[in-house]
Amino acid sequence: MMTPMVELKGLRKVFGRLEVLRGIDMSVDKGQILSLIGPSGSGKSTLLRSVNLLETPTGGEVWLDGTRVNADLKGLAYERHVNGLRREMQMVFQQFNLFPHLTVMQNLTIGPMKLLGLSKAEAEARGEELLCKVGLAEKALAYPARLSGGQKQRVAIARALAMRPKVMLFDEVTSALDPELVDEVNAVMKDLAAEHITMLIVTHEMRFAAEVTDWAVFMDEGMVVEEGPPDRLFSDPEHPRTRSFLRKHLGA
Amino acid sequence: MNLDFSVVPPFAGALAIGALWTILITALAGAISLIVGIGLALARIYAPGWIRALLAVPVFIILGTPLLLQLFLVYYGLSQLGLRLPAFFTGVVGLGLHYAVYNADILRAAILSVEQGQYEAGRALGFGRGATLRHFVLPQALYRALPQIGNNILVLLKDSVLVSAIGIMELVLSAQLAISRTFRPFEFYISVAAIFYLINLALEWALARITRRTEAMR
Ligand SMILES: Nc1ncnc2c1ncn2[C@@H]1O[C@H](COP(=O)(O)OP(=O)(O)O)[C@@H](O)[C@H]1O
Ligand SMILES: [Mg+2]
Repeated sequence: MMTPMVELKGLRKVFGRLEVLRGIDMSVDKGQILSLIGPSGSGKSTLLRSVNLLETPTGGEVWLDGTRVNADLKGLAYERHVNGLRREMQMVFQQFNLFPHLTVMQNLTIGPMKLLGLSKAEAEARGEELLCKVGLAEKALAYPARLSGGQKQRVAIARALAMRPKVMLFDEVTSALDPELVDEVNAVMKDLAAEHITMLIVTHEMRFAAEVTDWAVFMDEGMVVEEGPPDRLFSDPEHPRTRSFLRKHLGA
Repeated sequence: MNLDFSVVPPFAGALAIGALWTILITALAGAISLIVGIGLALARIYAPGWIRALLAVPVFIILGTPLLLQLFLVYYGLSQLGLRLPAFFTGVVGLGLHYAVYNADILRAAILSVEQGQYEAGRALGFGRGATLRHFVLPQALYRALPQIGNNILVLLKDSVLVSAIGIMELVLSAQLAISRTFRPFEFYISVAAIFYLINLALEWALARITRRTEAMR
């Protein structure tokens, strides 16, 4: 059997006395595109952030391509281990989080240059290719402050891709956008889906999830309630909680 | 009252050298105030409690006593105890540390004002803690703090006259030497004021230039 690209085993996360993740098991194959849906506060962001250890899991295991991510290491060894693995799974944030003091091109090249050892020329060649891909080649020298929200998010996706990650993590990347800017970002993600880059996508856009992803997971109160192919999950949910959630969100 | 500025040109060379010392002292002390200021700001945010407690002592002394007294204490006081530090070194470091404390306050607030998302973006790319601070958080904090730090450097320029009290031949002391020969205080002090004003203007111009470059980022 093939090793899953991302695997979660009994993942638990507690904030103080709040149990946010209560034993999540999940497996994403190489090239698979998984959407994570669920009500606000159900723990979707925390799950995603536990995969790249922006949140430290309280319990359970996170695996990336056969390597234990939350390894049992201490201090500097742990830091080095985590920094190395994070390069292989890039995250795109709801709030873009572009570096405002760097140009678009510098946003794309700093990671590959400082972390992957690419030369400036190599990193810029890679950067140009990616900017073309997201349709922003002419913005290479602009600062992020000069871009629209949709453009910012496309740059953020390009910045993540510049690291050539094994997995892309998307956390509600269109939620902060004006409605008319959502499509341009979705279009970029559809392109990535067509290339079969492994993706974990937290989204509240059911139509997008149905169209683009090949597996959908419905979460509520820190647990996986139900999962399956999106067509099946959305048209014929088994669990009452899934049904009531979808009733609210499918109308859109 | 008869003013006669023709007494000044014969001392132009001495005044120019004095002005260069003033500029050099301001530049070096300014650099120290920035670098130590960054270190202090980082320590106050990230260092363990006992280091912060230790640092609070010199900070308390620097904030609570006059700069002139601090210079006297280090220069004359230590020399009485047998530690003779060069006057230039004492003056530059004394000025620099004094303003480092003020810069640290500004920088601390600026570092804390950088959004958590910036730090997370750096870490998520794969940068370590220190590298994330260095590449993403600190530069943005510096840009934000620039106007206030610039102000501090302008005040530092004026305070640099204090080092004349421990015998450094900066601009004012050079003028006093000329006055003791010519007995024309008015002409020389006016000239020195004009030179200070010019240096001030140049510094303001440089700061405005840097600020303008950062405007594209906002
Ligand atoms: N750093 C944190 N400290 C305390 N509580 C948190 C923290 N992050 C998230 N939470 C809480 O965890 C729960 C799940 O949050 P989140 O994972 O953001 O949900 P979702 O992304 O599904 O909306 C929420 O109740 C939220 O308030
Ligand atoms: Mg969320």
